[in-house]
Amino acid sequence: MISQLTKTERETALFLTALLTLSGLTLGLLGRNDLLGYHGALLAVAGMSLTFLLIKDYYKPEPDPDNRAKYYDDPIKVGLVLALVWAVIGMIVGDWVAWLLVFPEATFDAGWASFGRLRPVHTSGVIFGFGGNALIATSFHVMQRTSRARLADNISPWVVVVGFNLFCLMAATGYLMGITASKEYAEPEWYADIFLTIIWVVYLVLYLRTLARREEPHIYVANWYYLSFVIVVAMLHILNNLAIPISLGHAKSYSLFSGVQDAMIQWWYGHNAVAFFLTTGFLGMMYYYLPKRAGRPIFSYRLSIISFWGIVFLYMWAGSHHLHYTALPHWVQTLGMTFSIMLLVPSWASAGNALLTLNGAWGKVRDDATLRFMMVAAVFYGLSTFEGSFMAIRPVNSLSHYTDWTVGHVHSGALGWVAMITFGSIYTLTPWIWRKERMYSNKLIELHFWLALVGTMIYVFAMWNSGIIQGLMWRAYNTDGTLAYSFIDSVAAMKPYYVARAIGGLMFLAGAIVCAYNVWKTAKLPTVTEYTPDKPPLPARGRPSAAAQAAE
Amino acid sequence: MTIDHETLTAFAKTYGLIYMMIVFFGAVVYALWPSNQSKFDRAANSILEQDED
Ligand code: HEM
Ligand code: HEM
Repeated sequence: MISQLTKTERETALFLTALLTLSGLTLGLLGRNDLLGYHGALLAVAGMSLTFLLIKDYYKPEPDPDNRAKYYDDPIKVGLVLALVWAVIGMIVGDWVAWLLVFPEATFDAGWASFGRLRPVHTSGVIFGFGGNALIATSFHVMQRTSRARLADNISPWVVVVGFNLFCLMAATGYLMGITASKEYAEPEWYADIFLTIIWVVYLVLYLRTLARREEPHIYVANWYYLSFVIVVAMLHILNNLAIPISLGHAKSYSLFSGVQDAMIQWWYGHNAVAFFLTTGFLGMMYYYLPKRAGRPIFSYRLSIISFWGIVFLYMWAGSHHLHYTALPHWVQTLGMTFSIMLLVPSWASAGNALLTLNGAWGKVRDDATLRFMMVAAVFYGLSTFEGSFMAIRPVNSLSHYTDWTVGHVHSGALGWVAMITFGSIYTLTPWIWRKERMYSNKLIELHFWLALVGTMIYVFAMWNSGIIQGLMWRAYNTDGTLAYSFIDSVAAMKPYYVARAIGGLMFLAGAIVCAYNVWKTAKLPTVTEYTPDKPPLPARGRPSAAAQAAE
Repeated sequence: MTIDHETLTAFAKTYGLIYMMIVFFGAVVYALWPSNQSKFDRAANSILEQDED
């Protein structure tokens, strides 16, 4: 990797790793009497290890200038591998917490093993670790190919990949130690938030600079979706995490907002995280890899533009459906509900657009498990958005809220849509960037497909059942007006469903492991094709030698 | 004039709505404009022209 950098780039990289080490040391010193100290140490160790790696290869020969005329795929490879590593970690912890709900006493009396600490390791691990890395890696691929331009420079992709993963690591280790800002999906504390903000700005600037250098006049629609993900996540992240630390030497901070305002900002964030992290980014993936794999252009390009703006405009207002029957003003709840129902239109337009693209290629879908992953993803996208719009209706929400129905909805979106479209894209992308003829084993893709599909079905059906039973038990009254069941009765009734969910989850996890193995073996296959695009991409600035300039 | 909660809500409910509707309809008109069709066809097919496998 380092041998692909020129001398000046190696120097820049060294400067950045020194900066990282220094920031880590400062944070460690400031927070030496607090848990914060550990994260300072983590950053310092990471900075020093990277510095060491750079110094080790510092005097290696400079890269062949011709390489600069090719796409830059190394960061994509690293991002994909990290996505799979986090998928396995995040899902192991997911299944662990699933079993913990079956056997709640299995915490070894240790703080770190309690449900409250492990659960965010699962959610952040899968959403940010798995989903985030997959989005970053595929966006690097899509932005280069659709612009026919190499990434704008060779350092910032690494800043994004390495920095983002350090953030994920701080998040996961922090939860285990008990560090949390207590906002769902935004649990990391102020210093990690500032760190991520810097990384994210680098990501946005890299994206815009690469697009600015494009050879194609029109910006392909997938880029719009990816960009909305990058921009809106920045907005959400900054606003929801505005907080004041109790001191610079403490991890703990307090939100700038309080009461119902705080709740509204949190769920404006939370719902738009669903929208712009778990939806638009992955729609970007779908709009590129699905047509590529099917070998057919998207059914309606116009529809893809209209649904883009529909999704962007409507999602922003839907967050208050998470706060039905709370202190939030009634009209704000109604607003959220109305927009959630309207949201069904662009959501189904996107799902329909994907399925209609496949119309006429059903033979391929039957034979090709990779394409089937994407088709199933589109179906689950349609299902979970329908379900979401339905649950957003206030009286329906009075039944579903606080129950496992929500968890079922989450995972029909997360497993059925987010994970399936990602796996489909990974199987499409892996042979391309590692320059192999095909994946190591198609049988294993087929196996993974069925494990994932059956696992998701078991998970979602178990949660629908348990959620509705819970909801009905909580609202069952005796003739004298007293509650028919105590809360613990409803807990006991959940047990068989929790067992089923944990088994379905185990199958899904097994599938993810099969995928990681398959990708690993593919990377080890002999390289067969050296991919040379018909039109070479616009090379990055910072040519290593005069020879390259002459060739221009 | 004092800028309080009422003022801001009133502003958001009127001008906010109008401006968002204009932008959205602008996007719809752009997407449906007949002469853009050929551009979109080209874009939709452009990703298929480069063959990586
Ligand atoms: C092996 C597969 C998985 C298993 C066994 C699993 C299990 C769980 C469990 C037990 C919970 C806690 C539910 C509760 O508090 O009652 C949970 C929550 C959650 N999981 Fe998963 N999960 C899996 C995969 C995923 C994936 C791939 C994603 C995202 C891409 C995801 C996203 C979430 C989210 C967002 C929540 C929080 C839900 C809420 O607060 O309502 N999970 N999961
Ligand atoms: C039209 C689209 C959608 C609408 C209107 C919608 C609506 C809803 C509603 C009403 C809830 C329950 C809120 C509550 O009672 O607390 C919810 C929860 C949730 N939804 Fe969706 N949903 C949509 C699509 C999706 C998709 C595609 C995903 C992707 C994975 C997703 C992920 C989640 C998550 C993670 C939660 C749990 C939040 C929590 O921690 O409480 N949703 N959604």
